[in-house]
Amino acid sequence: MRVSMTVNGRSVGAEVEPRTLLVHFLREQLNLTGTHVGCETGYCGACTVMVDGTTTKSCTMLAVQADGASITTIEGLAQDGQLHPVQEGFWERHGLQCGYCTPGMIMSAVGLLEANPNPTEAEIRHGIEGNLCRCTGYHNIVKAIEYAASKMRGETPAPAEWEVKA
Amino acid sequence: MSTTSVLGGVIKRREDPALIKGRGLYVDDVKMVGMLHVAFVRSPFAHATIKSIDTSKALSQPGVVAVYTADEVRHLGPLLAQVAVGKLRPLLADGVVKHSGEAVAMVVAEGRNEAEDAAESVEVDYDQMKAVVNLKEAAANKAKVHDDLDSNVLITWEAGPWGNAEGIAQTKQAIADAKVQPEVVIVSQEMVNQRLIPTAIEPRAVVADWNEGYGRFTVYSSTQIPHALAGAIAKTFGLASNAVDVTAPEVGGGFGAKLNVYADEILVCFASMELNAPVKYTESRRESPNNTIQGRGWVATATITGRHDGEILGFELEGIADMGAYTQNFTVAIPFLGTFVGSGQYKFPTYWKIDCVATHTMTTDAYRGAGRPEAIYYLERIVDVFAREIGMDPADVRRRNYIPASSFPNAVSPIGFAMDTGDYAQNLDALLATAEFADLKAQRDQARSEGRHVGLGLSSYVEVCGFGPSALVGLGFSWSTYDLPSAFNGSGLVRVNADGTATVIIGTGPSGQGHETTWAQLVANELGIPTDDIRVTHGSTAESPMGVGTFGSRSAAVDGSATYLAARKVRDKAARIVAHVLEASADDIRFEDGGAHVAGSPDKSVTWKEIATHAYQPHTLPEGVEGGLEAHSVFSPANATWPFGAHAALVEVDVETGDMQLMRYLAMDDCGNVISPMIVDGQLHGGLVQGIAQAMFEEAIYDADGNCLTTTLLDYPLPTAGDVPSFDLHRTVTPSNVNPLGVKGIGEAGTIGSAQTVVNAAVDALYDLGVRHIDMPLRPRRVWQAIQNARKS
Repeated sequence: MRVSMTVNGRSVGAEVEPRTLLVHFLREQLNLTGTHVGCETGYCGACTVMVDGTTTKSCTMLAVQADGASITTIEGLAQDGQLHPVQEGFWERHGLQCGYCTPGMIMSAVGLLEANPNPTEAEIRHGIEGNLCRCTGYHNIVKAIEYAASKMRGETPAPAEWEVKA
Repeated sequence: MSTTSVLGGVIKRREDPALIKGRGLYVDDVKMVGMLHVAFVRSPFAHATIKSIDTSKALSQPGVVAVYTADEVRHLGPLLAQVAVGKLRPLLADGVVKHSGEAVAMVVAEGRNEAEDAAESVEVDYDQMKAVVNLKEAAANKAKVHDDLDSNVLITWEAGPWGNAEGIAQTKQAIADAKVQPEVVIVSQEMVNQRLIPTAIEPRAVVADWNEGYGRFTVYSSTQIPHALAGAIAKTFGLASNAVDVTAPEVGGGFGAKLNVYADEILVCFASMELNAPVKYTESRRESPNNTIQGRGWVATATITGRHDGEILGFELEGIADMGAYTQNFTVAIPFLGTFVGSGQYKFPTYWKIDCVATHTMTTDAYRGAGRPEAIYYLERIVDVFAREIGMDPADVRRRNYIPASSFPNAVSPIGFAMDTGDYAQNLDALLATAEFADLKAQRDQARSEGRHVGLGLSSYVEVCGFGPSALVGLGFSWSTYDLPSAFNGSGLVRVNADGTATVIIGTGPSGQGHETTWAQLVANELGIPTDDIRVTHGSTAESPMGVGTFGSRSAAVDGSATYLAARKVRDKAARIVAHVLEASADDIRFEDGGAHVAGSPDKSVTWKEIATHAYQPHTLPEGVEGGLEAHSVFSPANATWPFGAHAALVEVDVETGDMQLMRYLAMDDCGNVISPMIVDGQLHGGLVQGIAQAMFEEAIYDADGNCLTTTLLDYPLPTAGDVPSFDLHRTVTPSNVNPLGVKGIGEAGTIGSAQTVVNAAVDALYDLGVRHIDMPLRPRRVWQAIQNARKS
């Protein structure tokens, strides 16, 4: 089947097997390997992308279902060489270790902050429950999202814990 | 050994830009021209004979290139294991399967979908047999796992002190004598330390490409031990180790599960050689629990004999540990590693006996902590039980029985191991003195006055890591089985390039630990080259000096020390060059701010680019100085390192539903000197949640037939962000005396310290209801049942 969609601002068209999952289409056919596969059951969230502005687990969607849609993957998040504030937050606050869950986690956080620009810690934690991380214990992911939320509101982020302790 | 100054600064991670942009290279991202894909046919039975395998239908499927069974790979022998006690795994099941999910046949096709479709049409005729799954039944040899072994008990680890039969007899006698003293208190509890599935979010993956022309393998694998894998492939195929280039690119979490050589890694190499094409295998999540090692799986009884004044006269731990069906890399050695910390931080006589038992289940091996979380769980749970029994503050009981600070350095534990440095009472007291601890107590007391069931749990721990001393090769601490009889040394190569930048090449195999950052800090600290100008590469056997890999919280202490020593060599040589150029004494040359200057004369200076220019234009060098500017060091520590700490947790239990919330978590850890506080705390956060996960959520569950029932993340609930709180972390600093950095290790400490802290808190919350113990994981149904049972009795 032929599908066409906009991925990271670029129009793409390709022949796919009807059973092809969106994540496999992105990774295997478009070579956008930043979106990861962690569980194949929609639980871990490593495959999270934006489909028409909504965070979507791309292993739960067929490529043909995304026909005509506008997709943003982790590769398309930075604009004009400028990191998205969530990407910056993850770097500034040590929000990643192995990095495997990170693209999906960042995309979920972007969606969370678009819906709620000033979340509490509890709201952040609830908002990323669909994304599993095995390395960070979530502590610094929460800090990274708090950092990004401050930046996106035009405020100065709170200092890092290691700066406070030092 | 004198130690260098504490580094202690924070730089942002060098690894992160690629990873946050989605440009990190993981193994499943690797594509090669003409690459073929593998799917495995796996056994639906835990124990069965294979009567026949019909591959004809699969071979006729579109895109299928080959189907292999044991007949084709038998000559490659069983999978090698470093500690080869028990039954080694055949590469593909050979006439019989011993656990569900065991690979029976391998399908190679042009695409992954084609391979998986064809795998479903391989017809295997099984004759199912009774599986031995229950650990106690297996230990009692009610049925055998392997007909050709005498017993399901593969080996027994006995300690007290370890390896000393006379000492063990004396310890047993001392404890027996204590038990008959007047007014002793004896507490005893059987406890389960359940099986866990490590669950790195990146499933394992491997790509192998045999090039007949070069006579060489190029292999990408998500492994923690690239050199061991290269050795295993070389030995299996009769090659030299330098004919196998293994690269571990970005590795998406390891936690011990990637500290193994796997049959699929060997089989993908085999297929590549047979088919003269690159071949890839990526494990699916559903396959993973039965294809990648699991951890823990112990049932043991802990007993303390003590006095009402809190003095403990003896500790005994006797039990059984589940090895699964086949022995892999370190399988039976994991409980042995537990013995190292069998007596924890304590001075009381300790007797330990663990039987390693085979069952018809997936292999167990190293999972974060590897024997030490189990050992500390039993010890710190039973110390808590004892404290409650005699009505003493659990902190006071612990402090009273600690090995005193005056016994350090090199205190010998009752279990017979010399420990580098420690001050346990000071560490515990520091925890108790924090404002947060007072707050936790106040919160508990307030909640209780409101009738809520809130509990405060405490635990301390010691762990052993930083492997390790060359002298331990006799205990299996080497890759000798892979024909690489190197001890677990550290290695590091530091090269100043001709433009004045530096390249550091190390033999570690990180999976998120931030080595590129920490090593850049280490080298920058010695040479004064900015961290941005230092590139750290790792995980490539073609590039790096002999490396051991990343596990056992060893990398900074051992490989970090080696790199530090290599940087010192480079600095010493550079000092001679600079002294020549600036007409000064080498002793007076100082390195900082991107160059070198003469002490007291900051204007007499050169940049690193100028130093490098001299180094690479040898005619400008002083006599006797060779061109180039690089050095390699190998470091073997005098001992392992022994981090320690004390943790506290606050939980609330809803007694109507059994639902438990972890409200707060406070930790006081001591890992010696700290290079990057940011990275050390990050390691702790993740480690803590893996221990908390064991306490509250995770369990690998098998049915009586040996089916693993927890093969998806819906059935095996990893904690989410909503399940855990933020953490309050503090530390004391007791530098190690066995490496020049004074560092210990922090990768596993969080996990080792946390599971029992949470369970101790849960028991505290429910003590007034009569609950004395609940086996992990403390999911609502189990907690609720424990409350009902306590009410009934």
